[in-house]
Amino acid sequence: MADAQQLILAGADERDLARLDEYKAVGGYAVLERARGMSREAVIEEISNAALRGRGGAGFPMGRKLSLVQPPEVAGKPTYVVANADESEPGSFKDREILRRVPHRFIEGCLIAAHAIGSTNVFVYIRGEYLAEYEVLKQAADEVRDADLLGGVTLVIHRGAGAYICGEETALLDSLEGKRGQPRPRPPFPPIAGLYGAPTLINNVQTLANVPIILELGVEEYKKIGPEASPGTVVYSLSGNVERPGNYELPLGTTLRELIYEHGGGIPNGRQLKAIIPGGSSVPVFTPDEIDTPADFDSIQAAGSFLGSAAIIVVDDRVCMVQLALRAEKFYMHESCGKCTPCREGTRWMVQLLDKIETGRATHEDLDLLRGICNRIEGRSLCALGDFAVWPVRSYIDKYRAEFEAHIDEGGCPYGGESSIEGVMAPIDQHTHSPVAEVPA
Amino acid sequence: MSLRDEIREAAAPYPDQQSGVMSGLRLAQNAYGGWLPREALEEVANALELTPAHVQSVASFYDMYHLAPIGEHVVEVCTNLSCALVGAQQVVDRFSEELGVGPGETSEDGKVTLRTIECAGGCGYAPVVVVDHRYREPTRPEDVAGIVADLRNGNG
Repeated sequence: MADAQQLILAGADERDLARLDEYKAVGGYAVLERARGMSREAVIEEISNAALRGRGGAGFPMGRKLSLVQPPEVAGKPTYVVANADESEPGSFKDREILRRVPHRFIEGCLIAAHAIGSTNVFVYIRGEYLAEYEVLKQAADEVRDADLLGGVTLVIHRGAGAYICGEETALLDSLEGKRGQPRPRPPFPPIAGLYGAPTLINNVQTLANVPIILELGVEEYKKIGPEASPGTVVYSLSGNVERPGNYELPLGTTLRELIYEHGGGIPNGRQLKAIIPGGSSVPVFTPDEIDTPADFDSIQAAGSFLGSAAIIVVDDRVCMVQLALRAEKFYMHESCGKCTPCREGTRWMVQLLDKIETGRATHEDLDLLRGICNRIEGRSLCALGDFAVWPVRSYIDKYRAEFEAHIDEGGCPYGGESSIEGVMAPIDQHTHSPVAEVPA
Repeated sequence: MSLRDEIREAAAPYPDQQSGVMSGLRLAQNAYGGWLPREALEEVANALELTPAHVQSVASFYDMYHLAPIGEHVVEVCTNLSCALVGAQQVVDRFSEELGVGPGETSEDGKVTLRTIECAGGCGYAPVVVVDHRYREPTRPEDVAGIVADLRNGNG
């Protein structure tokens, strides 16, 4: 991966950039100082002109988000920067690498963003499982504080405790306020009323790490990389049935073929490619004939799916698609926060119907029912989890329908126990969700 | 420092001390041997001036808070898509054989709880196993016996 043009992870192969002195040796925090000498509007204009799109999943332009945040003097209250480090989309492990290897680039981005919205409070919400990453980030934050680089900003690292939904921005805000992580109705959007009801900028780790890069390179140089509508690089997370899985930082718009075959080394053991999940488990699947799609926001969307968090999961021909759908759906059932009925009840129905199909107890009417339920969950929940629960399953049915029908016609799984994910178990929550036990005497 | 003071100190950087409930629960869980009995929830509630009901509503929402007793060590195997595709279930099966229990259960000697978990964010280094909050990536079925032996012998 050293041959690729790196921005986010630049220098991390040669130096230990988790250390402040090493990061400063490559020019780190010089841009922060320059940004603090600029007006807020000028910083926002740079980010807007660079057309930086959010790397967390939705691809929303960061410049627009910045300009929507009411400044403290207008809002009449403090404003907040919240960094979303709750990476939990299945297939995604990019933020983890950024936090471990270039934490200062990320912190510098947070501090520039704070200047741009006139905020003196940065909260980093890091998923609870990322203990090693928390330790690195904490160390980096302590170094920044001791070196007097905070410039009056308070930087708080908040650890999550295991809930996929908290990657959703409004659920994250509720969690940060000390509640169950459940999404809020919108509007109002976080730039108007976010954390503690105050104007809040909330961005993904990788998005924020792009900010010092844009200011350092300048808009013109930055825009030379990747497609015009979404410039820059992205850290693609490649996983599944591929020879060399891992993170690959490449220009946006790299094709799925180049990622899987050139960088990833192709499918191991002489197997055939069966399916590509282009943006984390929640997006519609691609078949092998869609492999030449460039992996950027607009191209993937034009082809009917989403780039999401740029997490590409490769599936080979040993995998039963009904089993894959069932495993994915059990995840969404488990992670549904329970607030909205279509998502809470619908995910359970979907699991029951998929289980019926996999075990050969389903009729063709059941398959139609499952397909129909998808359309009645989509778009009917406060957040996108309801959509995420539908998109993979519906796309598996539509693109691999013969396989679903074979389960029904043959009265069971045509793989006859030979699918590579046969019997895979979803979590059992005996220790977390059982009623509070009496203390042993 | 007392647990109460630790909980309050962790809540201090927030504009509203209710935000300290998650760190408070983590501190209490560590202090109470890895899980949260009713007393622990009450202690968090009292320290932050919240109701025990609110604290319990938070504790029951997140997977990393344990509301039932748990083993001295916790082994967690990710079985989400990327791990499943490269043999996570074989790793689960090996742990089950070694420990004599299924996922969600604790070995008879009380030493090790086995859990299956959702995506831990190690998809490129799959299958991912997390032992006492430390990632072991990748873990193959042939690594399992050694991991269990280390935990049983106190070298975990």
